[in-house]
Amino acid sequence: MTNKKKIIAMLLAGGQGSRLGVLTKTRAKPAVPYGGKYKIIDFTLSNCTNSGIDTVGVLTQYQPLELNSYISTGAPWDLDSNTGGVFILPPYWKAERGEWYSGTANAIYQNSFFIDKFDPDYILVLSGDHIYKMDYNDMLKFHVKTEASATIAVIEVPIEDASRFGIMNTDENFRVIEFEEKPARPKSNLASMGVYIFNWDSVRGYLQADAEDKESTNDFGRDIIPRMLAAGERIFAYRFKGYWKDVGTVESLWEANMELLQDRPALNLHDPSWKILSRNPNQPPHYVGDDAKIVTSLVSEGCRIYGTVEHSVLFPDVTIEAGAYVRDSIIMEKTVVGEGCEIVRTIIDEGVTIGRGCRIGGDGKITVIGQGAALSDGMVVEPGASIQPDCRFVNDVCESGGEVGK
Amino acid sequence: MIKDVFGLIYAGEENPNLRELVLARSVAALPVGGRYRVIDFALSNMVNSGIRNVGIITQKNYQSLMDHVGSGKEWDLSRKTDGLFMLPPFDNAENTGIYRGLIDAIRGNMPYIKRARQPYCLLIGSCNVHTAAYNHMLKMHLEKKADITMLYTVDSGEHRDYYRDLRLFTDEEGWVTEMDYNFKYSSSNKVSMDVYLIHKSLLEYIIDRSIAHGHYDFVGDALMKNVRNLRILALEHKGYVGRLDSVNAYYRMNMDMLRPEVQKDLFYTGWPVYTKIKDEAPVKYGRDALVKNSLLANGCVINGEVKDCMLFRGVRIAKGAKLKGCVIMQECEIDANCTLEYVIADKNCHIREGRRLVGDSNYPIILRKGTVL
Repeated sequence: MTNKKKIIAMLLAGGQGSRLGVLTKTRAKPAVPYGGKYKIIDFTLSNCTNSGIDTVGVLTQYQPLELNSYISTGAPWDLDSNTGGVFILPPYWKAERGEWYSGTANAIYQNSFFIDKFDPDYILVLSGDHIYKMDYNDMLKFHVKTEASATIAVIEVPIEDASRFGIMNTDENFRVIEFEEKPARPKSNLASMGVYIFNWDSVRGYLQADAEDKESTNDFGRDIIPRMLAAGERIFAYRFKGYWKDVGTVESLWEANMELLQDRPALNLHDPSWKILSRNPNQPPHYVGDDAKIVTSLVSEGCRIYGTVEHSVLFPDVTIEAGAYVRDSIIMEKTVVGEGCEIVRTIIDEGVTIGRGCRIGGDGKITVIGQGAALSDGMVVEPGASIQPDCRFVNDVCESGGEVGK
Repeated sequence: MIKDVFGLIYAGEENPNLRELVLARSVAALPVGGRYRVIDFALSNMVNSGIRNVGIITQKNYQSLMDHVGSGKEWDLSRKTDGLFMLPPFDNAENTGIYRGLIDAIRGNMPYIKRARQPYCLLIGSCNVHTAAYNHMLKMHLEKKADITMLYTVDSGEHRDYYRDLRLFTDEEGWVTEMDYNFKYSSSNKVSMDVYLIHKSLLEYIIDRSIAHGHYDFVGDALMKNVRNLRILALEHKGYVGRLDSVNAYYRMNMDMLRPEVQKDLFYTGWPVYTKIKDEAPVKYGRDALVKNSLLANGCVINGEVKDCMLFRGVRIAKGAKLKGCVIMQECEIDANCTLEYVIADKNCHIREGRRLVGDSNYPIILRKGTVL
């Protein structure tokens, strides 16, 4: 291939997201649904397209099937182009041996030949786990202006939370002096967003050296950045101002969805100048029945609402039957909620069938119902319970907190 | 086999009965059902049947139609072999660019028809909305050795507009024996849906012969004059059919779609209706939203009251606004404390605070595209 690129994106999408429990049992974290019609990865893919980056490698490892079929040719993000496009890059067997991606840096290292094909000046390393809208051009301009060999996007976090993040200690020009992974006593509140720009020819050598180091964890934050700092490379922190969220847990996923319901949400999905692109399910407009009531909610196409929906997020093709009451909940695609059900603070995954008169969740811990589960009439699911995907019940009662299996 | 069929959609239809709604667009490009254009139904039906070669004959005002259909990608018709062909008028010896009727239009596009690898032509007008697959039609056409097979719907007789109103009389086997065209006192309740299946050699012959006799109207000249010479088979389509005869009919069809049984016939048949994607966010309901018996497409932001309405993509309804029985097209903005009843607002209208507009369900007020009130 001879089409030289100034910059290409490498999107790390192999994260398991194990703290999302049953929601990531059969899909990788970037494929987790969010915001009434999106998957988490839509945000980074849309950022790339909206920033004019037309070549994106997507590195998959954990449960890639849903993600692969979702991304497919990349057409929904306009990434089905002649000169670039989207490339799914799973680990593969090489001449003498095969290996999994042992860390973020290793995943990039193992795809060096892929990157070389585009002969890019810069590579943009992204994580498919985060929800934010960002113009990567602004970051690239900063990177070029500071003559950095690496730039790390950072966001200011409350200092009391700083010990949960990778923290950048910088000088007054935002040149990084020190990187600390989850420091007990943070010296700064600039947290790494997991968004890096590297000069490809300078980082290539560090990746190589890191791969040869048996002691290394092959991680950008823990290994590559400290290695580059030690060698005296110019590394800068690029301050991002805006909404950024890592939805690592069931609680934070629920919270991030609920934040969209504010009068003026920090993340505006209705902004025509920065559309979030996604694969479209081709559903008709949603129907609201005569006795339905919907307030402070997001409702997607193809839904049929005959009951009451308060402060909730409904994905496409969800049916809420008459007399059902849904509050503070997230209900994903193709789920049916039967007549007279009461659903509170619950995340219901795709394709779930809930019989009539069920009582699910309540004020307290978030309740989760896995993909494809079927609940019979009158079932009670205690707050905080989580039901495994494809679990089927006949007249059963789940106990609080228990993981109910097949 | 359906792979032996190519589709031909006549999107040159002009219907003055639709008044301001078709000022700057053809009937085929008219927005319906919250997120569709009329042509989406015919295109999706063809694709869902397995047809992979579709030509669209356009005449005037086809810019919005071309913009909508694009390369045909949304219908999976952006193909290396066959796919979607836009057939706008052009000026040469055989095609003057102005069609005197459907026969003229088809004659003007004979090169496309001749080049099609498929021997059967499925010809569809653009004045009605229905969801169907045409495989059964083809099966019956072949089984019964028909010359032409056409679809009809049984009309309840409540509303008639006498616009392209073709009524059929059939014998017990379904063969057409007689036709009435725009006849007020017709005793038939079988209304043609403008869907015809015909072998292309017969189509060519009919077109040639009609032109030779100075005839240009497909229905009046080619069909009606040949009812006794041709074996014309009529099949009933059982699902909902919305006809776009007039503004009232257009309005009624949108209101009909609020009925779950009509939604089932049009949208939940198992054959999806494809359309151009806009990547709008889900509808946002505010704390004061009050919505009853309505269809809402994505991208809307609702803070007011909406009853018996069809809201297209990206409509914004401010707090205190009250809408009843309205059809509000894409990107309209209704400011605070407005009252709108029985209004059809075309795309990008902006109704400023406190305005009041009341039409009647039998005479909805039309706001032209981009009206600021």
